[in-house]
Amino acid sequence: MAVGPFTGGAEGGFFTSKLDEAIGWVRKYSLFLYPFVTACCGMEYMSVACAHYDIDRFGAGLPRFSPRQADVLFVVGTTNQKIAPILRQIYDQMCAPKWVVAFGVCTCTGGFYDNYAVVRGIDHIVPVDLYIPGCPPRPETVLQGLMMLQERIQKQKQAL
Amino acid sequence: MEESTTLTKIRERFGDAVLSTHSRLGEDTVVVARSHIVELAGFLKEDPELRFDVLMDLTAVDYWKRKPRFEVVYHFLSVPFLKRLRVKVPVGEDDPEVDSLSALWRGANWYEREAYDMFGIRFRGHPDLRRILMYPEFEGHPLRKDYPIDKRQPLIGPRD
Repeated sequence: MAVGPFTGGAEGGFFTSKLDEAIGWVRKYSLFLYPFVTACCGMEYMSVACAHYDIDRFGAGLPRFSPRQADVLFVVGTTNQKIAPILRQIYDQMCAPKWVVAFGVCTCTGGFYDNYAVVRGIDHIVPVDLYIPGCPPRPETVLQGLMMLQERIQKQKQAL
Repeated sequence: MEESTTLTKIRERFGDAVLSTHSRLGEDTVVVARSHIVELAGFLKEDPELRFDVLMDLTAVDYWKRKPRFEVVYHFLSVPFLKRLRVKVPVGEDDPEVDSLSALWRGANWYEREAYDMFGIRFRGHPDLRRILMYPEFEGHPLRKDYPIDKRQPLIGPRD
């Protein structure tokens, strides 16, 4: 039975895999999120993180509040022009490999905030790996997004 | 309808500087020439029968195609007499400048900075007339009616 990226049986005391896939398998279940929470989507993030939806089931249960200890930047909530340089600085402080998730429609496109103060999508500031739409997204949507991110991490060429 | 004592007193004292007054549902409004605003505010604050000792609000309105284009609006509250008064000062587009009230009410400082930030109205004698909500690199004054609704501001970099 193949489990994740591993093939071969354990009977012989060994298994075979590709290094990229093995590292991806390890990385995707050990995500340390940095929640960059600026607005109402934060409530939904808390809901995902707490016991009812329990993001810990996916190996992403420990939010780190220092960008230097985190590897997934969760941008949760409206990002305006004034906070944009701070978001960029936090992204720059994170160590590679790192991923960015745009949580909620405001971070994806600016949402209905078509005005002078709001950045129309955080991809103007940092590269985004995953967009989770919704205003706010339901916890199930977030978990689906997280699983898609994990799939992406599993399949990517691993930087060593 | 009989004019309120507040308005009568102001008329007697300021004569032609009072451009118009009206009163409705117990709310008095005075439109005054901008040359007299500091004098009027000082009078309202110090007069023993008025004692408008709180500057509740100071903001501006852009009537765009009307002349004069702007109005600076002051709301005063008299705590001893539980009365309110609205004072308006018309300001033209070519020279949007009014005398500052920050010497009389220290709270006027930030109100005036906000009106400057949003409408570009300058306050003569203000100790520190900078933007208060937007950042220094912001171009234009967003609450003016001719500020383009789809205008995008340049992104600013991290600060030191």
